[in-house]
Amino acid sequence: MKPKAATERPKSFGLVAQFDTPAAIFRACEKVRDAGYLRWDAHTPFPVHGLDKAMGLKPSRLPWISLVLALGGAATGLLLQWWTSAVEYPLIISGKPYFSWPAFVPVIFELSVLGGAAGAVFGMLFLNRLPQLYHALFRVDAFAKVTDDKFFISIEAADPRYDEQKTRKLLESAGASLVTVVEA
Amino acid sequence: MSAHGVTRRLAQADVSIPSTSSWSKLPLIGGGLAAAGAAGSAAFGLADHGQLFFSYLVAFLFFVSIAIGGLFFVLVNHLSRAGWGVVVRRLAENLMGTLPLFLLLFVPIAFGLHDLYHWAHHEAVAGDPVLAGKAVYLNPTFFLIRGFAFLVLWSAAGLWFLRTSVAQDSSGEPCLTRRMQMASAPMTLLFAVTVTLAAFDWIMSLEPHWFSTVFGVYFFSGCVVAVYATMILLVLALDRSRLLGNAVSIEHVHDLGKMLFAFVAFWAYIAFSQFMLIWYANLPEETIWYSQRWDNSWRGISIFLAVGHFIVPFFFLLSRAIKRNRTLLACGAAWMLFIHLVDVHWLVMPTHHREGFHFSLMDPAAILFVGGLFLVVLGLGLKKQALVPLKDPRLSESLAFENF
Repeated sequence: MKPKAATERPKSFGLVAQFDTPAAIFRACEKVRDAGYLRWDAHTPFPVHGLDKAMGLKPSRLPWISLVLALGGAATGLLLQWWTSAVEYPLIISGKPYFSWPAFVPVIFELSVLGGAAGAVFGMLFLNRLPQLYHALFRVDAFAKVTDDKFFISIEAADPRYDEQKTRKLLESAGASLVTVVEA
Repeated sequence: MSAHGVTRRLAQADVSIPSTSSWSKLPLIGGGLAAAGAAGSAAFGLADHGQLFFSYLVAFLFFVSIAIGGLFFVLVNHLSRAGWGVVVRRLAENLMGTLPLFLLLFVPIAFGLHDLYHWAHHEAVAGDPVLAGKAVYLNPTFFLIRGFAFLVLWSAAGLWFLRTSVAQDSSGEPCLTRRMQMASAPMTLLFAVTVTLAAFDWIMSLEPHWFSTVFGVYFFSGCVVAVYATMILLVLALDRSRLLGNAVSIEHVHDLGKMLFAFVAFWAYIAFSQFMLIWYANLPEETIWYSQRWDNSWRGISIFLAVGHFIVPFFFLLSRAIKRNRTLLACGAAWMLFIHLVDVHWLVMPTHHREGFHFSLMDPAAILFVGGLFLVVLGLGLKKQALVPLKDPRLSESLAFENF
């Protein structure tokens, strides 16, 4: 295997900038968004209203995952009961036809709820790439405050617009109280 | 911009109906509609008492269900200490403020007992062991005592919650909120029992041999669908007239839409629960109620109800984008109100028209009469005080509310 050239390997994961108030990170997110960055994220100790818009995030795909799995659950419930009761092992139960759909509705309903709920939970984990036991940001000591009272923006070196100097300047001009390079 | 740390205040003038607004003419418009409805009912109804009283019962139930739903909205908001709904709570309070009107409107039902209820006939009960067994409960005197008692209780509770909330507009006392929260718990229990019994009395006893324990919940689910649909229409219309002073945002409208969607699903859950158990057990004394609505032209209405009250609105209201679009959500809400009326009609009318669906001009006339009076009381209430609880301790939380 050919060793990669040293220049191709990213020197660092990227930059992380600390902000002191929700308002500060809100404005900073708008700046980073308007600068055209794509591979970046905001980290806050609690949900900040409207931050998704400030970041320019597209609506989540999660509802579609949930819907597809819910409909899949409903289809499974219907087909399974039709096949077992009307095709593979037909039994007359209380004088009803083999394919008595009203009797199947509770199972169809429960399986669509199960599918929808599982889609929401596991789809969320999948879209968030969780569980993730290690992340480069954990190397930054200051980042521990993200669970307390500080707000952070991380911009990855893999972003096409990333330039350590220019990106650092952008974050500082956006009001960061601290900007640190994150080791890869 | 993020709402953290930003406190907005509302001035009374921003959220009140000025005398120049066409909203201040609502009582007048309602009065006109009621007069037209009364004239129509008199013109068509004097020759056919039965139809007159059945049409009237449908109209009474349709509008009282909105008022009952308003009481439920207020109770559950206090019970759950909800923050988001404070800006729209006054509208629900005004809807439940119409409850005393129904105390008056119950009087005609007292005169129509013989036309409406089979069990009210002495000779029918005497020759019928089932009805004789139920006579301890189902007799005219006790029926009227119960009916008036329920309406007195709901009216008293409605007026108390409305007055306490309005008193807070000027005093700003947080203890009033606490008092309303304390009262909401026992009142919710009383509400559950009385709404169940009212549904048994007013609708289920139209077929006195028939019984369904879930029937009260079915009626309740219709009440809640009706009130959320009405509130969405009220909020959107008042906001269009710029009478809510930017207190209500698309976030609150979205949440009302979510509640409407939830109770569309809840209605279907209850309706199907009732149907499936009766269908499965297949006992003649229970299935009669459904065969009444299936073995003749009522079948069309039954199918229309399943499709129009659940399948179509469920998928329509499922999307977040539709719930956040004022025009589309208003269409959905108006449709749900209409289909709720069809639901009430479908519950009541097959008793009178056993041969099949029948449209009478007295149906719209009764709707105009009761609906007109409903608008009179609602319009007077809306004019009387601010449209938003101005000094509710959770108002700023509600103003800042956002969905994720």
